[in-house]
Amino acid sequence: MVEYRDQNAPPGGPYQWGMVIDLDRCTGCEACMVACKAENNVRIAGEDEAAKGRAVSWIRIERYWEGEYPNAQLKFMPVLCQHCGNAPCEPVCPVYASYHTPDGLNAQVYNRCVGVRYCGNNCPYTVRYFNWFEPHWDEPLNEQLNPDVTVRSVGVMEKCTFCVQRIRAGQQTAQKEGRRVKDGEVTPACVQSCPTEALVFGDRNDPESRVSKLAESDRGFGLLEELGTKPAITYLKRIK
Amino acid sequence: MEARKDFFLTKQKRAGERAHWELIQKANSDLLAPMLRTGPAYYLIVAILALLVLAAAGAWTYMIQTGIGQTGLHPPIFWGIFIASFVFWVGVSHSGTFISGVLRISNAEWRRPITRIAELMTLFSVIVAALFIFVHLGRVWRFYYLIPYPNQREIWPNFRSPLMWDAAAIFTYATSSLIYLYIPLIPDFALMRDRVTGWRRPFYRVLSLGWRGTQTEWRWLGMAIRIITILIVMVMISVHSIVGFDFAVSLVPGWHSTIIPPYFVVGAIHSGMATVVMGLYLLRKTYRLHDYIRLEHFDKMGKLMLLITLLWGYFYFVERQVVWFGGIPDEMTVLDAILYGSYAPQHWVMILFNFLIPLIALSIPRFRRWPLGLLVIGVMINIAMYIERILVIVPSLAHPRLEYAWGRYFPSWVELTILVGSFAFFLLLYVLAIKFVPMISIWEEKEGILHGRHEER
Ligand code: SF4
Ligand code: SF4
Repeated sequence: MVEYRDQNAPPGGPYQWGMVIDLDRCTGCEACMVACKAENNVRIAGEDEAAKGRAVSWIRIERYWEGEYPNAQLKFMPVLCQHCGNAPCEPVCPVYASYHTPDGLNAQVYNRCVGVRYCGNNCPYTVRYFNWFEPHWDEPLNEQLNPDVTVRSVGVMEKCTFCVQRIRAGQQTAQKEGRRVKDGEVTPACVQSCPTEALVFGDRNDPESRVSKLAESDRGFGLLEELGTKPAITYLKRIK
Repeated sequence: MEARKDFFLTKQKRAGERAHWELIQKANSDLLAPMLRTGPAYYLIVAILALLVLAAAGAWTYMIQTGIGQTGLHPPIFWGIFIASFVFWVGVSHSGTFISGVLRISNAEWRRPITRIAELMTLFSVIVAALFIFVHLGRVWRFYYLIPYPNQREIWPNFRSPLMWDAAAIFTYATSSLIYLYIPLIPDFALMRDRVTGWRRPFYRVLSLGWRGTQTEWRWLGMAIRIITILIVMVMISVHSIVGFDFAVSLVPGWHSTIIPPYFVVGAIHSGMATVVMGLYLLRKTYRLHDYIRLEHFDKMGKLMLLITLLWGYFYFVERQVVWFGGIPDEMTVLDAILYGSYAPQHWVMILFNFLIPLIALSIPRFRRWPLGLLVIGVMINIAMYIERILVIVPSLAHPRLEYAWGRYFPSWVELTILVGSFAFFLLLYVLAIKFVPMISIWEEKEGILHGRHEER
């Protein structure tokens, strides 16, 4: 495919972070959702707000039924920000709050966000979450906020960061020791907590990394990749 | 000058001339009357409107204090009636420019009583539209991030974003329509400077820019009007196209369509003309301007509206038809929801009000000469155009590609209060303006009377 619009892509950094999600391994246990919430200070929307459709979960497990009873099958699909290489959420932001880092992350600059929410509309995966109110945590949950991560204020958009705080920490350690980040050295919270290892994270620039190898699989596909968003996440098809 | 010409006129023609002179005097007093006489009903209306505006301001304050969660919005529907209102009001603002601009360019005689009414609408609805940009921001206290100002970190706004184009377009349009309104007002301001007493007088002295009415001044005025008219018609078309780009350049099913910008322009003119007709009717009724806003004007406006109705219908049909034949599943979900699904009732009411009824009614010559009928059509078109704006925004957003995330939306009381307040605000600005500027351009009317004289000769 001819790669239109690529003139806008930032120059490639030393790393290109990516993820592989093996749908055949996902059991829908939702451990990743809990881990992500804890790691990233994701606010607890509460019952009322959740009923209004405002539950927040940077990674969610979508459930789909296939077939008719009694041959019905339940399918799970973890969906998080795809860190699109050609992210539709980025050009529409009037203040550059949504931008692309050289290492392939789709970053959200909370301090810059004015809350026009166009990025949320234009993300085909609906993985952006808005801070409708000032977030708060009931006792004793407020005791376990992660000091490495900001608490997002009212009126800004947020979403999965690939646990950028862990990536940066890993990079700094590696830099101090004068080497590249080793494969598996950096793991986002969701990846770390997945009991079946359905999620794998790593550097796509390194051909030897687990993500690179898994992403080569015949089963690999990008979610809605026909839109030309070039997701950094490769899904692996379920085996029937 | 007039007197010298008179010398050569025959007696009979001189009598006619005197009749014109009387007409001109009458125009002066008739058209200045609304500004000078104020009844209790006027104060009552102002008070009611001001209360509604205050309520909306209160609701907005509350929303700023607590968060934009006071709206009914939730993922995947991030835009609701604030953006719909923004688009709607930008649309209404096209009345002024389109009608007065096109009629001025084409030198249509019957434009005279309409231009000012329409131009004022432009200015006020652009102001209301611009307010909605702010109402809609999640962190309105950081609105200045949208302004390109030099700063230490060298962060500029993102000019690739259609929302930036919007901000620029609205600003341009507001400025240029203010100029467009002001230039033809200068002779009238001068008239008021000479006629009006009391506290308003110093204002008019400044506003009339020392206009004395010399031949040179008139020539310059005419030239200025001609230039700005052509420019502003172009600005108007670009402004609503840009509002259309907000949708068209996105990836959202139902928005991503090349026809959206021109379709938006036509839709805007549709609602704009409807609003002008409403204004014509109400002003004529309240200030007994039957001699100036005549049946002929309603007839002509009706014809124009008929034309736009047809054009709008055509654009609308093409848009839907292309999607339908394309049959792309994501797009079809949205279309199905609109045509037969949960949005069908609103949709068909919209088609009825926006197309079928105006089409039939306005095709009847006798109907077009019935002002009340046109008022009703105007109200219907405006309701329908508002629904149409909602239907562009909500069904598309409600059906993102991953069906897991589908949602529904209903505005909250905060949104509805602000909505009502915005209408009140528009009306309030208009009602207040009645006391400051003549609703009908007096000098253009008088010019028309003299033109009439030429034709008689
Ligand atoms: S998945 Fe959505 S939020 Fe993430 S980069 Fe792509 S468009 Fe942006
Ligand atoms: S990568 Fe980190 S932020 Fe993203 S979903 Fe997983 S845990 Fe959450």
